[in-house]
Amino acid sequence: MISYLIRRLLGTIPIVLIVGAIAFFLVQLSPGDPAMFYVSADAPPSEIERVRERLGLDQPIATRFVYWFGQVLQGDLGVSFHQNRPVLEGFLAALPVTLWLAFFSLVIAIAIGIPVGLFSALRPNGMVDKFATVFVFVGVSMPNFWLGMLLVLMFAVTLGWMPAQGFNTANPWEAFRSLVLPAITLGYSQAALIARMTRASMLEVMRQDYVQTARAKGLRVPVVLGKHAFGNALNPIVTIIGLAVGSLAAGSAVVEVVFNLPGIGRLVVDSVMRRDYPMIQGILLLTAGMIIVVNLITDLLYAVLDPRIRYD
Amino acid sequence: MQNGEANVSATAQTSKRVSLLNRLYGLNGRILFGGALVLFIVILAIAAPLLATHDPLRVRMSDRLLPPSFDNWLGTDNNGRDVYSRIVYGARISVLVGSAVVILSTFFGTLIGLIAGYYRRMDGPMMRFMDAVMTFPSILLAIAIIAALGASAQNVIIALTVSFVPHTARVVRGKVLSVREETYVESARAIGLGDTRIILRYILPNTLAPLMVQATFILALAIIAEAGLSYIGAGTPPPTPSWGNILADGRAFLNNAWWMTTFPGIFIMISVLGLNILGDGLRDLLDPRMENNR
Repeated sequence: MISYLIRRLLGTIPIVLIVGAIAFFLVQLSPGDPAMFYVSADAPPSEIERVRERLGLDQPIATRFVYWFGQVLQGDLGVSFHQNRPVLEGFLAALPVTLWLAFFSLVIAIAIGIPVGLFSALRPNGMVDKFATVFVFVGVSMPNFWLGMLLVLMFAVTLGWMPAQGFNTANPWEAFRSLVLPAITLGYSQAALIARMTRASMLEVMRQDYVQTARAKGLRVPVVLGKHAFGNALNPIVTIIGLAVGSLAAGSAVVEVVFNLPGIGRLVVDSVMRRDYPMIQGILLLTAGMIIVVNLITDLLYAVLDPRIRYD
Repeated sequence: MQNGEANVSATAQTSKRVSLLNRLYGLNGRILFGGALVLFIVILAIAAPLLATHDPLRVRMSDRLLPPSFDNWLGTDNNGRDVYSRIVYGARISVLVGSAVVILSTFFGTLIGLIAGYYRRMDGPMMRFMDAVMTFPSILLAIAIIAALGASAQNVIIALTVSFVPHTARVVRGKVLSVREETYVESARAIGLGDTRIILRYILPNTLAPLMVQATFILALAIIAEAGLSYIGAGTPPPTPSWGNILADGRAFLNNAWWMTTFPGIFIMISVLGLNILGDGLRDLLDPRMENNR
């Protein structure tokens, strides 16, 4: 297990390096001289030159990358143009909203996705399965920001049960209410994906000999399903949940805009509008970093669930 | 696929043929239904000037926020523009951006996948690079690229292509890795065919089936992503209508103009649903092993 962990950790080093390089060079692509952000529009050339020197912009690009990446590894992601504070601070301030949103969405996705997948696998092409198929197809086909707008239209505008937008921090209950509609919005498509994977994985496992044996020796169906089938079907389900965590933590950009939630996604969109390149770069790096960690955890969980993987 | 078929016994062969027939029935349904939905959107895009009832850009403030009526089938927006005509023209952006992204990402993804899968030495570096690109959530990467390049339909195409290339490359590489070990590739090499010839004649054709399936899913994702980007203002800039920016306009008028929010979304959903159903049907048709894994 330890050697597997070490191998996996070493494997992420090149990825981290390349991710850093992409984030760095992407911002270099942007038109205009970054030094211009630090001087007034009518600054004399000598002033601009001085700022360029101070920012290290007169150095060759490779040198700048190495220096920048060194700073990043020490936790220094630069200063946001717009917020006038370190990028990391701005990111951490927005993170809790996104994490809570991701958490509630994931709870919804798992609580709906796994039972739907299980029941539709019990009787393929039965009534439940047919409904589940529609549920899945609609879930993966509906743009989540549109679903969000429809939910607002229905539950906030028409029925008035839920707040239409914003994040109310007056008390925990209000904060929770602010996240209900966004969490359903984000959770539905993930629930659909989890349901699809659960169904496929269960069908696969239920064809295996040991499940047939368990049934043949007279075990009750729930025992067979719970003990023999579900445990073995869990691996791909864990993978898809791992992917869901990644996409929820970072992919909620558009939904946060719909509900006007002050999370990471909203921060990205605002930063794009304000051309706040250090912020964009930082968010890109930090979310990629979070996803690398989540993938690592998923892989380790995989190895725990299925001992065969450790020895490959 | 061939190996597996050689192993099944005679009885299984018969039942397999029966299930194949059943499957073809079911499939035709799905491929036809999905294909019809997609075709509907494509026709909408091509024939937009014929189908639109109004000029999608004509502003008429006296007609603002009118509900659906005989004159404005799907109502009017906050600038008095006809929502139906804007949706019809918006289909052009979705179809254009979607197909460009599919063509470009399939081309580059196939190229990278073929090279990485065929030449062992290139595999490590190229696929690590693809893994790194895939680490970024695609919408976030697309937003960052657009932040650097500026918001336009052309830059949306570039941004989404970059985000989707790794997925295609991975699919192609996987297929190449299994095909390159086949005996017919070995014999092609034994009779002295060059690498380019082997790749084009024996390996590329094998990747076509998974590529076709992948292409339908990428098209679906690209349409959603384009709408999402336009919605947040990082896509097709107004006043050019796109499904995403019509929805964005509607956001401020959720209280009094439900039609601005409801109808563009229905069109996005029709196209994406059609593509997903089509892709699902194609996958089962082209890869019978997936039969029970739907």
